[in-house]
Amino acid sequence: MRRIISVLMENEAGALSRVVGLFSQRNYNIETLTVAPTEDATLSRLTLTTSGTEKVIEQITKQLNKLVEVIRVLDLTEGPHIERELMLAKVRASGAQRAEIKRTADIFRGQIVDVGANFYVVQLTGASDKLDAFIEAIGKTLILEVVRSGVSGVARGEKVLSL
Amino acid sequence: MELLSGAEMVMRALSDEGVEVVFGYPGGAVLHIYDALFQQDKVRHILVRHEQAAAHMADGYARACGRPGVVLATSGPGATNTITGIATAYMDSVPMVIITGNVASDLIGNDAFQETDMVGVSRPVVKHSFLIRSTEEIPSTIKKGFYIATTGRPGPVVIDIPKDKTDPNDKYPYYYPEAVKLRSYNPVARGHLGQIKKALEVLMNAKRPIFYSGGGIIRGQASEVFVEFARLVGCPVTSTLMGLGAYPGDDQQFLGMLGMHGTYEANMAMHYSDVVFCLGARLDDRVTNNTEKFCPNATLVHLDIDPTSIAKTVACDIPIVGPAKQVLTEMVALYLKSEKKIKQESLAAWWEQIQGWRSRDCLAYDKSDPVVIKPQSVVETLYEVTQGEAIVTSDVGQHQMFAALYYKYRHPLQWINSGGLGTMGFGFPAAMGALFACPDATVACVTGEGSIQMNIQELSTCLQWGLPVKIININNQALGMVKQWQDMQYGGRHSESTYKDSLPNFVKLAEAYGHLGRVVREASELREAMQWCFDQRDRLVFLDVYVDPHEHVYPMQIKGGSMRDMWLSKTERT
Repeated sequence: MRRIISVLMENEAGALSRVVGLFSQRNYNIETLTVAPTEDATLSRLTLTTSGTEKVIEQITKQLNKLVEVIRVLDLTEGPHIERELMLAKVRASGAQRAEIKRTADIFRGQIVDVGANFYVVQLTGASDKLDAFIEAIGKTLILEVVRSGVSGVARGEKVLSL
Repeated sequence: MELLSGAEMVMRALSDEGVEVVFGYPGGAVLHIYDALFQQDKVRHILVRHEQAAAHMADGYARACGRPGVVLATSGPGATNTITGIATAYMDSVPMVIITGNVASDLIGNDAFQETDMVGVSRPVVKHSFLIRSTEEIPSTIKKGFYIATTGRPGPVVIDIPKDKTDPNDKYPYYYPEAVKLRSYNPVARGHLGQIKKALEVLMNAKRPIFYSGGGIIRGQASEVFVEFARLVGCPVTSTLMGLGAYPGDDQQFLGMLGMHGTYEANMAMHYSDVVFCLGARLDDRVTNNTEKFCPNATLVHLDIDPTSIAKTVACDIPIVGPAKQVLTEMVALYLKSEKKIKQESLAAWWEQIQGWRSRDCLAYDKSDPVVIKPQSVVETLYEVTQGEAIVTSDVGQHQMFAALYYKYRHPLQWINSGGLGTMGFGFPAAMGALFACPDATVACVTGEGSIQMNIQELSTCLQWGLPVKIININNQALGMVKQWQDMQYGGRHSESTYKDSLPNFVKLAEAYGHLGRVVREASELREAMQWCFDQRDRLVFLDVYVDPHEHVYPMQIKGGSMRDMWLSKTERT
C-alpha cells in the first residue's frame, strides 16, 4: 500500500543521506522524496512516499525514528491528510491543439506559466493521481517534458508534527 | 578558559571522558593528534599492526569491561581498514568511538592523497557519525560521540576530523561539557508499566514457558536481575550465542544455546513452548530457522531497548521497549507482590518433558579413538584447566560453535565473539583488548588455523605490550565450517576450503615474534599441554592443536524447517 511519511529532522549536513541510505541499505523503496528547511531554520521537513506491506512500513517508521538526527516521524496515510504535488509540464501546443490544451489545463485548474509558438508550460498542483490524470488527458505524445516536485503533505485537523 | 589546539582538544577530551587507552596507528592526517598524544600522559596509546585489529581490540576491550573502546586512525586506508571492525561492533551493539583523521577541509572532495569519505563509507555500519567543521566543536562533539555510543542500544560512533582542524598553531578556548542533550536523540529510560504487567500476566498463565535471552542482557547489565527473575519463576532458560554467560551455563535451569547449532533440548523446548519470553535478543535467522514455522503455539513476549528489533522477523504479541535492567527489576517487584504464581504442576510436567530431551545428551561425541584429538575435547580441556573462569574470545567457524557449546560460561562479559557479523580475525585482537580491560584475567582465544591468519600480525603488538594471550588453535587444516556445509549440501566438493600443504609452522611463527608455541597432535598429551600453556602466566602461548579434520558441529538445524528440525549427527536427524 502506498504511504506518505513525514519526517521532522535536524537541518544538518549528512542527515538526508542517512535517510536515503537507510532505504537503499534495507531494500525499502522510495517513490518520491522532498525536503526543505521549515520556518525554524534548524529543522528540515522531509516527505517521502513509499509502499510495502504493513510489516515493512512499521519497520520503515521505526528505522527512521532510530536515526539520531530524526526528531519525529508521522505516517500521514494513517489519518486524514492533505497531499499536494507540484508539476510543471512542457506540452507541445500548436494550431488547434492550443485551445484544447488551455481548456484541459483549466479543467484541472492548472495555469499556463510560459508560452511559446509551439508549446505551453502548464503548472499544476494537486494529489499525485490528479497530476497523473492530467498527463493522461493531454496524451503522452504531446508531453515534451515533465517535472514533479514529489509529494508534500500535512495532517488534517489539529495534529501537528513539531518539536 | 584554557586555549588549546584541536589536536590537544582531542587528547584532553578523551582524558576528561575518562578514557584510559586508545588503540591506533599514526599517519599523515593525524600527525597533529599524535604529537599532542606524545605530550600528555593521561591516555595510553596502543600501537597496533593493522587498523582492523585496532577496531577489534577496542571492541574486545569494551565487551570485557563495558566501557567504550576508542580507536584512532588516519585518513584513507587507515580509516577504511577499521570498517570491518566497526561493522562487527555495530552488529553486536558494542560501544565504540572511532576517531579518524581526514585531509584538510579545503582538500575534501579533491581526491587528495589518502582521502576517503569516511562518514560516507561508514554510514551503514555506525550508530552515528560526525564530520568536524570547526575546531571549537571538537570537545562537544567528542562528548556527544561517547553519549550516543554508550546509551540506548550501544554502538560505534565515528568522528572524522580534517587535518586543518587539529593545527597546533590555531588555539581556541577549551571546555568539556559534563553532559550533553540532543533533542533528536532520547533513548528510552523505562519500559511501559502496562506492557510489563501484561507480560507478567501471560507468563503466570503459561504452562510451558521459556526464557530466551540475548546479548541485550549483557550489554544492558541486567544479568543479575535476569538470573533472579528466572529463578523466581523457575522456568527453563536458553540463550543466543551473544547472550552466553548472562545466565550461568552450569545451572540446571539452563538448556544451553538455541538456534542453528543450539542444543536439542533448547530447540525442542522453544518449539513446544506456549510462552516465549525473548529478552534482549532479536530473533535473527540464526535462531529462528524458518520464521513461518517458528514456535507455532507460543505467545511471544519481547523485551528490547531497540523498537526496530521487535516484530522485525517474527510478529510479536506483547512488545516491551525499555532497558532490560529496569524492566526486569520492575517485573521482579511486581512478581513478589502478586498473589498469582505460575502453576507448579504444569511447570513440573514441562520440566519432565525437557529432562527427556536432555537425556538425549546431544553434545556427546565419539571419544573412542585414543590418538586423534576431537575439537570438542579441546574446549572441554580448556574449561577444566581454566576452571571455567577464563575470558574466552573466539573467531568464526566450527571452533566458535565448539567454544560456545562446550565451555560453560558463568559470568556476563566472559564470552567474546563476533556473533552478528561473523568476522574471522576478530578473536585474537579482541583477546588483546580484553587483557587491556582486565589485566589480571586469564584470556584465551579459541581460534582456527583459518581465522588466526587473518590478524596474526598482532603477535608483534603482543610482544611490544607483553600480552599473555593464550591462543588455542583448533587446527583441522581446513576452513571447517565451509567444509562442513560442502559435506552436507554440496556433495562433499571441498571448493577452496583446504590448504593442508601450505600451513605455516605456527610454533616457529610464534617464536619468531618472541612468544612460546607448542604443537599437540595426540589426545594423550592434550591435558598436559593445556596445563603447561596456562602455567606460562606472563607469556603469550600459541597452542597449535591438530584435531580430527572430519568432525562436524552438531546439532545443526535443517534449513527451511522449524526450531525442532535438526541433524544430531552425520546420520541422525529429528
